[in-house]
Amino acid sequence: MSGGFTAAHLLYLVQSIWWTLVLSALAFVLGGIGGFGVMLARISPRRWLSRTAMVYIEAIQGIPLLILLFIVYFGLSVYGFQVPALVAAGMALMVYSSAYLGDIWRGCVEAMPKPQWEAAECLSLTRWQSLRLVIIPQAMRLALPPTVGFLVQVIKMTSLASVIGFIELTRAGQIINNSIFQPFLVFGLVGAFYFVLCYPLSRWSQSMENKLNVGNR
Amino acid sequence: MSAIVKLGDVYKRFGSNQVLKGVSFEVMKGEMIAVIGASGSGKSTALRCIDRLETIDQGEIEVCGIRVDDPNVDLHRLRREVGIVFQSYNLFPHLTVEENIMLALRHVKKCSRDEARGVAMKVLEQVGLAQKADAYPEQLSGGQQQRVAIARSLAMSPKVMLFDEVTSALDPQLTGEVLRVMEDLAADGMTMLLVTHEMAFAKRVADRIIYMHQGKVWEVGDGSMLDAPRTPELRAFLDNGL
Repeated sequence: MSGGFTAAHLLYLVQSIWWTLVLSALAFVLGGIGGFGVMLARISPRRWLSRTAMVYIEAIQGIPLLILLFIVYFGLSVYGFQVPALVAAGMALMVYSSAYLGDIWRGCVEAMPKPQWEAAECLSLTRWQSLRLVIIPQAMRLALPPTVGFLVQVIKMTSLASVIGFIELTRAGQIINNSIFQPFLVFGLVGAFYFVLCYPLSRWSQSMENKLNVGNR
Repeated sequence: MSAIVKLGDVYKRFGSNQVLKGVSFEVMKGEMIAVIGASGSGKSTALRCIDRLETIDQGEIEVCGIRVDDPNVDLHRLRREVGIVFQSYNLFPHLTVEENIMLALRHVKKCSRDEARGVAMKVLEQVGLAQKADAYPEQLSGGQQQRVAIARSLAMSPKVMLFDEVTSALDPQLTGEVLRVMEDLAADGMTMLLVTHEMAFAKRVADRIIYMHQGKVWEVGDGSMLDAPRTPELRAFLDNGL
């Protein structure tokens, strides 16, 4: 049984983009919060805290996102925590993103010249104030392109959530293809939709970079 | 007269490089002291130790009654007494001139916005840059940036100001405008300790000059010591340097 690609199929695909966006937003917001914490821990003068964050980053960066998804989704259910696919995917993506964002942001903060810290602290600002008022505003300019670049990665990686049955863009494509078997058309469309989501972000990153560049032209 | 800054037999080592080998001197209230010496003589390090940008290995440093060599020193308190100006200005590039000055007033002294702005305008007038309040640091010349850095430090009304080769990155004309600001400060009675290569300025303005050589205070005197050095090392330094 294979029919043609209909308007209903197209509508189904377009609607599933919404869930790809939800999952991406979830990953990015939660991963951003987690990543900020990881960054703070990583630059902490407390050795044990910085070490813990480093181990976390290295461990997560060495594990495929797919395996993290399996651990959260199937692993938790063994212990009786049957989490919905959306929650499991969101958690796995948060853990994954916070390690990468934490590492990206640590690099940007550490790239700020040491005399900026000294100048701030010699004005009696606390370490936290120096970070918040002097270092981070400058580091943001540096952090923006890799952060948005990572966001683009995250959008594409949400497709992995299809394997635990979460119906986002990729899973929707699979479902349609299973019924009409036109893989080139269906997955070509799915790919085009991902491109449409990701390409503007890359362009936006470039324009933001120019705008934020006021202090350092 | 009381000592605002006291160094007693200070030792400091970077790795195997012994930079300070028993440095002692005092800065009295209202005094302006110029520290001179060749590169590597330890003069900048001594200055940085006073504001605890470096920790010392041995000896005593006291600033306004605060023991700086105490491992548990209250840095916040210390740095409200001490202002420091760096060779590389270190203005915050993402903030305007006025915001650079207001930052610590707002967040450390907890001044209101209007109060902070008032102080900022006052110190900017003092360094002759009131018209540049809304400029970003990159829009200013080196000399102007350094004057803003001085104003920023001054705004916190420190009891002593440290100047770490503040004119070394400037050409002679810009050096002049920065030195004039410092001379005005000295005339107003600010306690100042400056590391400098401007011999003529040191001779004319400083109350005392400290010549450092190989990590030690080698010679101390007033301006006339530059005309009649007692030690061959200072003589050689002056002959080579000028």
